[in-house]
Amino acid sequence: MRPGKQTLLNRLFPEGHAITQEGLVLRGWGGTKQGRVHVIGTTDHAAIDTRIALALSDAVLKAIAADGSDPRPIVFIADTQGQALSRREELLGLHGYFAHLARCVNLARQQGHRLVTLIDGEAVSGGFLAFGLLADCIVALPGAEVRVMDLRAMARITRIPFERLTELAQTSPVFAPGAENYWRMGGIQALWTETEDWSEQLLALLQGNPEDERARLGAERGGRMLADLVAQQVFHAH
Amino acid sequence: MRGLAQSYREALARLRVQALLDPDSFSEWVDPAQRVTSPHLAALEAPVSFDDGVIVGQGLLYAHPVILIAQEGQFNGGAVGEVHGAKIRGALLRAVRDKPSAVLLCIDSGGVRLHEANAGLIAISEIMRALFAVQEAGIPVIALIGGTCGAFGGMGIVARLCDVIIISEEGRIGLSGPEVIETVKGVEEFDSRDRALVWRITGGKIRRTLGEATLLVDDDIAAFSAAAGEEVGARPRFFKKRRLTPAISLQTLQAAQQQLSARAELDAEIRDGQVLWSRMGLGDQVSLMSPEQFNRRLEALES
Repeated sequence: MRPGKQTLLNRLFPEGHAITQEGLVLRGWGGTKQGRVHVIGTTDHAAIDTRIALALSDAVLKAIAADGSDPRPIVFIADTQGQALSRREELLGLHGYFAHLARCVNLARQQGHRLVTLIDGEAVSGGFLAFGLLADCIVALPGAEVRVMDLRAMARITRIPFERLTELAQTSPVFAPGAENYWRMGGIQALWTETEDWSEQLLALLQGNPEDERARLGAERGGRMLADLVAQQVFHAH
Repeated sequence: MRGLAQSYREALARLRVQALLDPDSFSEWVDPAQRVTSPHLAALEAPVSFDDGVIVGQGLLYAHPVILIAQEGQFNGGAVGEVHGAKIRGALLRAVRDKPSAVLLCIDSGGVRLHEANAGLIAISEIMRALFAVQEAGIPVIALIGGTCGAFGGMGIVARLCDVIIISEEGRIGLSGPEVIETVKGVEEFDSRDRALVWRITGGKIRRTLGEATLLVDDDIAAFSAAAGEEVGARPRFFKKRRLTPAISLQTLQAAQQQLSARAELDAEIRDGQVLWSRMGLGDQVSLMSPEQFNRRLEALES
């Protein structure tokens, strides 16, 4: 395992942990003051392909099966550059593997597992949608990069000059990469800093409301003013 | 409109909505007259649409109440932004409350709208969670896919979360579009201009073959409507159909895990749908089969 990930796990779980890496998938358990939690994730900016998606969904299903009526929290470590880009993977239906993984994550929530995602490294687009972004609570660690696409590629596709996008990115959280932008929009609940005690902070997140409050949070923080409002308009329309 | 042959692919979303449902039964929520548009597109001086590229409302499908969501592929590729996503989420949450016979989700989208990429990504995650809530309330979600943009990116994942996928041969579902793969990995990996190849990788027939869609229909709005009508129990079934997702439980997801694992183990030669069809004994004339012939051949193979 990469030394950085080892350090992260030591900081999160000073009570001890047993987490192994197979390929780019991490799985195992971490000890907290409230007992063990499941740890499932990826490392080294993994491009999520069918095999990684299957390893992740397998780990989630095994966690559900192992706990039965006493569901422990699951901590996801998200570190992904996005989905694998390959003709074969598309043919096999990579979107279907991601949907299966999402369904497994949602079953874990239904069964009472608390779901916390820690972004360590980067969280990009489809690879993030499939599992990390579905948690009850999402945290970005220092230096974490969250994005759909970098600004240069975005400029090419939208045909809006790169300089203009860079300028607008100063004031709008809506399209430019960055964990802080996602925080303002309610997509990330917390940004942790280097000097804090992450094991204590994690402990505080192991209980909470599993409802999807992101749209309301985005409005509260001023980063996403319409998501909740428009959904409510549709909900109450005559 | 029903009974008149009308291409689903060529029609705009508003026409699809009118022609899918019983005449004059549709009422729209947050309609274009309210001009709820994207402030983010406006900030980039990009054109806005008065419905932000999606129509949501309720109507009757063969006299059964349904909630209908229809993306407009001709506006920004049906891509999901903040308002667009909020309308879909609002309609799904409303389904949990109103308990219609089904939700029809007419997907025609390349995924996240890049002009508001962060809002779009979070919105798709919110749509996924709202869709789970609809299913938990026992209401089936039926995806209809046959537009020019298909169902890609996050909307490809959303499509596969639905209980039923009705797709035309021209419909496509995937995660990364062929242009993206070609740009990053080279033309040898995926030649996006080879349209026949593109359809053999992501098109309706290969998706139905792999069990990633439930039924193939003609590119005709009436055919989509009839197939959706069968799903809400309003019409007799012509084809035995499986649900894509049986009631979700640990057991059903463990079974799905095994199926998907077996598919991922297929040998490396499987890089073209034709290889699969040849091995299944469907020959090299699959593209010439009508949807009905194709559905019957597959049902025979599956039984």
